[in-house]
Amino acid sequence: MSTTLPRARRARRIRRLPLNAAAVLTVVVCLFPVYWMVATAFTPTRDIQSDSPRFVPESSTLDHFRAAMGADGFGLFWRNSLLVTLTAVLLALVIALGAAYAVARMKWKGRRQFMLMVFIAQMAPWESLIIPVYIISRDTDMLDRLPTLTLVYFMMTLPFTVIVLRGFIGTIPPELEESAQVDGCTRLGAFRRIAFPLLAPGLMATSLFGYITAWNEFTYANFLIIKQQDNRTLPVWLSSFQNVFGTDWGATMAASTLFAAPALVVFLLLQRHVTSGFAAGAVKG
Amino acid sequence: MPAAVREQTTPRSPLRTGPLRRSTGPGPRRPSRAAGRGIWPYALIAPAVLGTLYLLVYPLVRAIVISLQDFGLRQLIVGDAHFVGFKNYETLLGDGQFWEVVRRTFLFMAVNVALIMVLSTLVALMVERLGRFGRTAVLSALVLTWAMPVIAATTVFQWLFHSEFGIVNAVLTDLGFESFDRYPWFAHGPGAFAIVVLLIVWQSVPFAAITLYSALTTVPTELYESARIDGASGPRIFRAITFPMVRPIFMLIFSLEVIWTFKAFVQIWVMTNGGPGDATTILPVYAVQTALSSQRYDLGSAASMVTVVLMSGVLAFYFRQMLRQEDELA
Repeated sequence: MSTTLPRARRARRIRRLPLNAAAVLTVVVCLFPVYWMVATAFTPTRDIQSDSPRFVPESSTLDHFRAAMGADGFGLFWRNSLLVTLTAVLLALVIALGAAYAVARMKWKGRRQFMLMVFIAQMAPWESLIIPVYIISRDTDMLDRLPTLTLVYFMMTLPFTVIVLRGFIGTIPPELEESAQVDGCTRLGAFRRIAFPLLAPGLMATSLFGYITAWNEFTYANFLIIKQQDNRTLPVWLSSFQNVFGTDWGATMAASTLFAAPALVVFLLLQRHVTSGFAAGAVKG
Repeated sequence: MPAAVREQTTPRSPLRTGPLRRSTGPGPRRPSRAAGRGIWPYALIAPAVLGTLYLLVYPLVRAIVISLQDFGLRQLIVGDAHFVGFKNYETLLGDGQFWEVVRRTFLFMAVNVALIMVLSTLVALMVERLGRFGRTAVLSALVLTWAMPVIAATTVFQWLFHSEFGIVNAVLTDLGFESFDRYPWFAHGPGAFAIVVLLIVWQSVPFAAITLYSALTTVPTELYESARIDGASGPRIFRAITFPMVRPIFMLIFSLEVIWTFKAFVQIWVMTNGGPGDATTILPVYAVQTALSSQRYDLGSAASMVTVVLMSGVLAFYFRQMLRQEDELA
């Protein structure tokens, strides 16, 4: 094969060898932990606990997934996570839409100050607010309850949602709405009929990123839900999985896979948006 | 903030038509003057403002108040906390262990951020030079890594470095490093510290690399061509052209990574709980341990407030960069 290649191309290939090797190394380093999680989840226990682990499992089993899904409260925690994240994201979306519209389309005193507040809120030191939030929840009898988590997640995703939606609304020419208003629409009607359909993709993308933030959140779920174990969410369940299942790493990896799968799928579907770089902070734990 | 990273690139690349492109000049896209007078805008932002006041400002104020009170388990139950001035801060700042934690936090941050910035710059430069297939492959791998939930990634890393059946020890032993046979990574301070750093770098590089790469694509190719004609070397081109062009984004990512590693809590809490001993205890972990494990809510809040003050320096830097962008846009 290589003898038929023109000399210049061969030289180019050799010159590019380090570059391609670096690329392969990057891909391997990035993917190996993810691969190893899935591979272990399918590997029979006797192979997992062997002295010479293999990179490609010889035989596969679904036992670990059965063990993970049969674990106490699996369905319940799944439901809790879904409920909390969906409510929080929906709430953030509705409230952010109003605020983003006001910022992008209206001129009013304090607009700049409001955006400054939003940017500061986006960087809120949530890790340093656990103690007061715990004490406030305790004082108001909100400890161990899912609505508390919903409110916290709502606030975590709100600033990001406002910032992104403002950008999206800014891309829709106001003339479209204005001409609809001339044709007899109310301002709200013009927004609903003209701008909203155009906004739909933006709303989808934004809500999915918010969804991932809330889906992954661990700290508040861990410290605000203490006594009422039935109200735990998936991340907390996963972190305590090892305590329950001890050395059953196959089942632990199966549980991790089941938990990570929705996030991985969403990200791959949204890759175009992700690579254009607007996902940033909200996605980061 | 994410939008800011995006928007920052936009004015520099007039040819790109991203979904978030905004007009910068006085054009038809500016908010119309006639519309939106009166109370409407305020009614629209009211829920967001009220939410922020109750869910963010109030807890922050409460944290400050608690840090100035004598607040332990008794006060939590009975609720008769009284003010003690700056006593908690005095106790904290006079404690040698606290300073040890502060020192470790800065070491942790420096190591993480240095590794993240160097690796992500290299990856971004590499992706730019790859062919179409290689670029798609690397970007997809980065996105998958980025998407990995923190808890899942933490659990997987515990499994990778498992002393008995972990793949890392098996490979190291096979390679001839016999001392790694059943090496208990999480029982030794430096080992645990290294794994936490590795995990955080592995999780953080994708975002930084992808964002830097999209910034690199906005550098006009003519600049490179003319530099090459002038006979500039690779490193020299990077110093004179590439870096100055992506500098704003680079600084934004840099400050974000500083803030994010400063706040790294989940990984440490789940993986090592701050241990062994306190080898991986950084400020946020220390604050929560003091408050929720030892029931010294006052000292924990004080430690949290010290954390916020230390972080605010970086935050101020970050906001200055941000606001410069806002002024260009508004």
